[in-house]
Amino acid sequence: MNDFFTSSVLVATAASAIRLATPYLLASLGETIGQRSGVLNLGVDGVMLLSAFFSYWTVLETGNLWLAVIVALAVGIIMGVLYGVITVFFEATQGISGIGIFIFGLGFSDLMFRQQVGTPKPVQRLPRVDIPGLADIPYIGEPLFQRSLLTYLAFALVPLTFLLLNKTTFGLNIRSVGENPQAADSLGVSVERTRFAAILIGNALAGLAGAALVLQLGIFQPNLTQGMGFIAVALVYFGAWRPLGVMGGALLYGLVNATVLQWKSLGIIPVSISDLAGMAPAIVTIGALILLARRVNAPAALTKPFSRH
Amino acid sequence: MLGVLALGATACGSDDSSSSGGGALTMAIVAPSASDDLAFSQSMVDSVNALDRDITVQITDGTFIVEDAAAAIRGYAEDGIDIVVAHGTQFGASLAEIAPDFPDTTFIWGTATDTQGLDNVFAYSPASDEGGYVNGVVAAAISTTGIIGVVGPVEAGDAVPYINGFITAAEAGGATVNVTYTGSFGDVALAAEAAEAHLANNADVLTGTAQMVVGAVGVASDAGVPWFGTQSNQTSLDADLVVASQVYHWEVVLEEMLDLRDNGTKGGQAFEINLANGGLVIEFNDGFDLSDDIKAAAEDAIAGIIDGSIDTGA
Repeated sequence: MNDFFTSSVLVATAASAIRLATPYLLASLGETIGQRSGVLNLGVDGVMLLSAFFSYWTVLETGNLWLAVIVALAVGIIMGVLYGVITVFFEATQGISGIGIFIFGLGFSDLMFRQQVGTPKPVQRLPRVDIPGLADIPYIGEPLFQRSLLTYLAFALVPLTFLLLNKTTFGLNIRSVGENPQAADSLGVSVERTRFAAILIGNALAGLAGAALVLQLGIFQPNLTQGMGFIAVALVYFGAWRPLGVMGGALLYGLVNATVLQWKSLGIIPVSISDLAGMAPAIVTIGALILLARRVNAPAALTKPFSRH
Repeated sequence: MLGVLALGATACGSDDSSSSGGGALTMAIVAPSASDDLAFSQSMVDSVNALDRDITVQITDGTFIVEDAAAAIRGYAEDGIDIVVAHGTQFGASLAEIAPDFPDTTFIWGTATDTQGLDNVFAYSPASDEGGYVNGVVAAAISTTGIIGVVGPVEAGDAVPYINGFITAAEAGGATVNVTYTGSFGDVALAAEAAEAHLANNADVLTGTAQMVVGAVGVASDAGVPWFGTQSNQTSLDADLVVASQVYHWEVVLEEMLDLRDNGTKGGQAFEINLANGGLVIEFNDGFDLSDDIKAAAEDAIAGIIDGSIDTGA
């Protein structure tokens, strides 16, 4: 255990936790905005897979990382339009529609990968960007200020999402249509347009999450996310529909994962219980969710389609 | 609408006909990951394609859910396919239910060391410890920190003997080997972070097994750390840093199985690929500058394993 409590290992563990947390954080923040408007999206994982593939394919073909990020964003928005039309305008059941989006994303990204790429080929990864004056601070400089731009963006979006939801008229509209759409409608707020916009933002962030994942790894393979999108949805509940709470959940999940990996590498966790230890991130997060879920309420109109009739 | 789209998009079956026409043997492969994963599934697809026979091959891959694989296996048998390859240890329980219903079909299952008493099932397994041992000899010789990291999936199947053989040789060469089983065959992100953890703990050589290691190879590439592959040749992942790969050539035992089937034996025997029968081949990457002494040590290890003078410890 002493080997773990060395500065180099602790710094590496923190850096690993932040890398692991980044895709979750982006996807969860997007899902938070959607759920605050009353829309549950179980298709996050499918959107992440699609955006991850198209982002990867773009880098493979063009070598342009930022074009890949834009493509991922665009894929997210397109899937958002599809999901918004289905759930908001056709008033389809959100849970089933979301699962449909997930299955489509899983299958179509797989199909496209086979057709267009085939064997996994490495591509360039997102470059590390050191923040001048901060990157060299002992202990915290490396994990916090020597990251990629998408990681910085993910964490910058935490206060921005808070401000959006709590300090803007649009945010007030999102919260009102998520709590009492009939009342919001009677006050002249367009429930459909507000929810549609929230879905677009949420899916765009899911798209960025896919890009963050694949461009951190520099490679794609079918089902790359391994269910990350579903964990991102759970983290919204963990975070009590608040950006700061969601960030806490993403970091906790990433930190437990990173710590378990370090302990395995150092032999602190014996190989004989290695698979059992791999369950720790889920167990810790679910345990925390059980404790927190008692004290918070979901948006009252979550999963409920809105209709004037 | 989405349902239709999803069904269309998730149909992973493909017809990879190496030849067609009347009289061709029909063969199907059900594999848990992509057929071009540079690892376990690709090793079987490449091997079937290497068979010198008139065969029509169908593939259903990406069946990481066992129930999906079982449905595909049964479906192929119902369609009258002559030989169905269930390429995954985890498909054994399903096969025990399915195989007795189709006595005229030959099922080929692995990695497994026995046929579960079924007389229409051939089993196959790799002596992956042998290639692990050879890789371990070379890894210990090129490591300067004396610490080597291993990224494994779940502690099961051919991963365990590969890693055990690697550890035996590397430790005999004076290295310390740190092993991380990520708990997943497919989680590329966890494999990448497992590799990062090994680097943080001063590993300067890495290896790993299963399809998720592509993430770990990316980390090795970024850090300029040599990588040892297994199952398929992984040189294409980094032409400068992949030192060697243990490559599975299942065709060696598949030919034997097909010959037996031609003579009326539909199953009931277990086969192993190893260095001696040519089913396992250590493919060195010419792009990695390995000294003649180390290459000679690897060749000695291969010879010693074949003649029985070396115990891989697995």
